[in-house]
Amino acid sequence: MGRLSVDLCGITLDNPIIPASGTFGFGYEFAELYDINVLGTFSFKGTTKDPRFGNPTPRIAECNAGMINAVGLQNPGVEKVIGEELPKLKKCFNKKVMANVSGFAVEDYAYTCERLDKEEQVGWLEVNVSCPNVHGGGMSFGTNPEAAAEVTAAVKKVTTKPVIIKLSPNVTDIVSIAKACEDAGADGISLINTLLGMRIDLKTKKPVIANKMGGFSGSAIFPVAVRMVYQVANAVNIPVVGMGGVSSAEDVIELMLAGATAVEVGAANLIDPYACRDIINDLPRVMDKYGINNISDIIGGAK
Amino acid sequence: MKQSIFKIIENTQLTATVFRMKLSGDVSEITSPGQFVNIKLDGLFLRRPISVCDSENGVLTLIYKVVGKGTEQMAQMTEGKELDVLTGLGNGYNTDLSGDKPVLIGGGVGVPPLYMLAKKLVAEGKKVNVILGFNTKDEIFCEDDFKALGANVTVATADGSYGVKGFVTDALQGMEYSYFYTCGPEPMLKALYKSTVTSGQFSFEERMGCGFGACMGCSCKTITGYKRICKDGPVLEKEEILWAD
Repeated sequence: MGRLSVDLCGITLDNPIIPASGTFGFGYEFAELYDINVLGTFSFKGTTKDPRFGNPTPRIAECNAGMINAVGLQNPGVEKVIGEELPKLKKCFNKKVMANVSGFAVEDYAYTCERLDKEEQVGWLEVNVSCPNVHGGGMSFGTNPEAAAEVTAAVKKVTTKPVIIKLSPNVTDIVSIAKACEDAGADGISLINTLLGMRIDLKTKKPVIANKMGGFSGSAIFPVAVRMVYQVANAVNIPVVGMGGVSSAEDVIELMLAGATAVEVGAANLIDPYACRDIINDLPRVMDKYGINNISDIIGGAK
Repeated sequence: MKQSIFKIIENTQLTATVFRMKLSGDVSEITSPGQFVNIKLDGLFLRRPISVCDSENGVLTLIYKVVGKGTEQMAQMTEGKELDVLTGLGNGYNTDLSGDKPVLIGGGVGVPPLYMLAKKLVAEGKKVNVILGFNTKDEIFCEDDFKALGANVTVATADGSYGVKGFVTDALQGMEYSYFYTCGPEPMLKALYKSTVTSGQFSFEERMGCGFGACMGCSCKTITGYKRICKDGPVLEKEEILWAD
């Protein structure tokens, strides 16, 4: 156990840094640039039962210190992920990967998780009940405690792997939803997914994004992430994976002080493909600066 | 793909809104004409993708049009300024398919990537015809650069103030060619899709997130499946294109 290592639901991570789903593909674009085995793990592209193209373009809008995306869960479907993406990933990543799963009905989530449960490369199932970019699924489960609990219970029935429920910040009471997931058997909570946002082009006088609204991410949302991680970590007894606008080793430490056991990095990967590697390399320096010996010591340290 | 620091060695205004920037740095990842670079700019969250006009002996040439905050900032930059640039992005044009008499058709700010393509095709011993389309005489740039390569250049202006009056499709009529390459605004690409009589390659634009294939922000549907404009494109072959509407 090195000074950067943490335990996430019974699996040791060499460090707490996890590229977030949707910003890291299935890993190999980044493996061309650096050895991705330096990561704690990564959360692969949100996977659904059936293949999806996603939303029409434009899917991207820029904001001050952030961006909006409305990709809409483009992915090849769970069969191709298992048949093609995971074998490719095996050649460049020898750690357990976090499988990110989305759905449009409780049965979809259970089906996809059951298929991925049999894959030994998969360490954790991160169940996304919070995607703002798809109609009739995703976030509607994550904005209601009973629905979130129902998905959690259905997934827990079909897997022995740790189940981490990824929550939306677009709710009035994040604590009640996190607690409902914990009560339904969740092994961890991850948050925050993107904030629902929108931009309008002054020249065309129309929304920039074809889907009109999308998920706002990037450094602008970091304070919201700190607040929600703090609220949830103080209310549940399962690990919390923090994310939302993280772009530096200092941000990682701040989210861990708020209660995160591990930290996902999202939009930063899209601006600087080396962001996660650089954050990992910089962590010991920043820990020394703030008198931190082992990073696991600071989890939830801010009271 | 490579992330590295480039230094501006020239930033010249070519027309009212078009600038040429030359930068020195590591261009080793730029392997095909039609690729692009993605530039980090102060105070802007997303990088700005700009097509490569030329790349040779450690000098990267970009020709860009001022259309928004990013390019406005670039237009103000002076010699010596350093920029964080991702290079070697996109597939680029494939010259193997050109035949011996290809035509290159550029519209407006779609012209620059055709320069490096023309240079490569000329070096391969092909007889290169170039059609450049602009709205009006004052917007013309690069005509002499293509001529200096030894290409046969035709300019079309929509208002007839220079060269052929009309669109690039008017200039193309009656021309014999073995293959075509094009880059420009989508209405022009669609018109060429209909009027060209051979196979060819189209370079597309889309709003991008990362520019290197990670975010799925710029996906499109093609005959051969879903493609990312930034990674599997920006160049698509005529036979695989599915227009969105």
